[in-house]
Amino acid sequence: MLVLLGIAVVVFGFVVRANPLLVVMAAAITTGLAAAWTPQADLAIMWLAGVDTLARFGKAFNDNRFISLVWMVLIAIGLLERSGLQERARIVIARIPAATSAGVLWIYLVARQVLSALGLTSLGGHAQMVRPLVAPMAEGAAETKYGPLPDRERFLIRSHAAAVDNIGLFFGEDIFIAIGSILLMVGYLETNGITIAPLQLSVWAIPTAICALAIHSLRLWLLDRHLRRSLSATAVAVA
Amino acid sequence: MIALPHLYLLAGLVFGAFALLSAIDGTNLRRYRTAAFWGLVAASFLFGSLIGDLGNGLVALGLVALAALGLGQGKARTTTTDERRASAERRGNLLFLPALVIPAVALLGTLAAQNTVQGAMFIDPKQATLISLILGVLIALAIIMIWLKPPVLAPLQEGRRLIDAVGWAVILPQMLASLGAVFLAAGVGDQVGKLFADYIPLSTRFAAVAAYCIGMALFTILMGNAFAAFPVMTAAVGLPILIHGFGGDPAAVCAIGMLAGFCGTLMTPMAANFNVVPANLLDLPDRKAALNGVIRAQIPTALPMLGVNIVLMYSLAFHV
Repeated sequence: MLVLLGIAVVVFGFVVRANPLLVVMAAAITTGLAAAWTPQADLAIMWLAGVDTLARFGKAFNDNRFISLVWMVLIAIGLLERSGLQERARIVIARIPAATSAGVLWIYLVARQVLSALGLTSLGGHAQMVRPLVAPMAEGAAETKYGPLPDRERFLIRSHAAAVDNIGLFFGEDIFIAIGSILLMVGYLETNGITIAPLQLSVWAIPTAICALAIHSLRLWLLDRHLRRSLSATAVAVA
Repeated sequence: MIALPHLYLLAGLVFGAFALLSAIDGTNLRRYRTAAFWGLVAASFLFGSLIGDLGNGLVALGLVALAALGLGQGKARTTTTDERRASAERRGNLLFLPALVIPAVALLGTLAAQNTVQGAMFIDPKQATLISLILGVLIALAIIMIWLKPPVLAPLQEGRRLIDAVGWAVILPQMLASLGAVFLAAGVGDQVGKLFADYIPLSTRFAAVAAYCIGMALFTILMGNAFAAFPVMTAAVGLPILIHGFGGDPAAVCAIGMLAGFCGTLMTPMAANFNVVPANLLDLPDRKAALNGVIRAQIPTALPMLGVNIVLMYSLAFHV
């Protein structure tokens, strides 16, 4: 029961808003110490347990280095930004008079969800697509319609640009059979004596995917209505 | 064949360059701290396999200490907004090409490595997507350097500008995976399962479905990852009660349960690469808040979706 202290540390870290890296490390050490604790344990034993936990953490940290390789895309994206990629995205959208922020985001949501369902999850992402293209296009559409944006609306549009990437990915990827979470489930059930094919799992992701698309489309429609009301009001006030 | 060690070498050199450029950036008030942070990341990539488990643990501890003290943000040399606008006008839509090269190479490389003999000789099929993605970055980089002829150091300076914007969140996903390993070794999952089984009344099918789905979401909120929540909650509620007790279809229970966990991912700052990294990349003013703009934009979709998943599992997973 004592090992649950690690989870308590995570919750506590949340509440006091400590740096998440610090919370993770504190939770790991706490868990390792709690697992080793017995009424007879003295300082030397606990010290050893702490060192062991740090080594176990270090081994996993080293084994998981591949997770952090994706940051290499930043050098190419940064270079393109330097040459005006975001500005170009705005110019293109400004030439489509019918484009709205919510419309741009909706098209990206559908594309992201469909492509993820086909296993093409690497065709999106915050560093590759949202920052250089999707967010500037969505902002540009609103600027073309209503003029310069107040900060509040600008950041609202940006937040929604990140949200459509996540929601499209999460509720699309499980329809594809060779994605990490599907393989995890197959492996887990296998070790518990239940054999199922990945396809059996992925078909059950379809009803949720359809509902997610419906619910988030409604959200984007509401966003469009909100932007229309608040921005045309400020446009009038400025005029 | 290109495999992960080659990419680690490349990433180590790039992060090493970020560290050097940070150290000589006088505009960053905490330049040595920032340089030390990227330097440790570089050391992990370059020497991680040589320094042993405890050595890697100490590297992680050093990263945590530097992040807790607070990192600075440098001012990398870049272009002005006017220069960018002029460049955008001059270069036209061709500017999109290099940006699209990255995902295109990632996709083609993955397919080639997994389906053709030649591809498998060139790219390690086990990590095909990651390797192809980096290859795409290098090809895009080559195109930009030849076509636009920016200064030689520009890729590193621009990369540093963006990596400084992301900050310590760069290594949070890797740290969470490591925490998962420690939890697993200490048997945290089994204990949570016992807690659920002992204290939560799961006598009706609906209560059990709701406990499983909400438990998946809650545990994901804490761990930042539905993958960590899945084995715990499925061992506690999914297998013994929903599948063996109420005769639920294992495929439907697990698939929808995982998606309930994803609803949790949408609501937590612990899912750094989905919720914190974009807030940093998009310069949101509330990026340090527990519920930043991205999470607030997602909660009104995530909560109804949690309800939807409960209803779907209740009505689809049991053939009565």
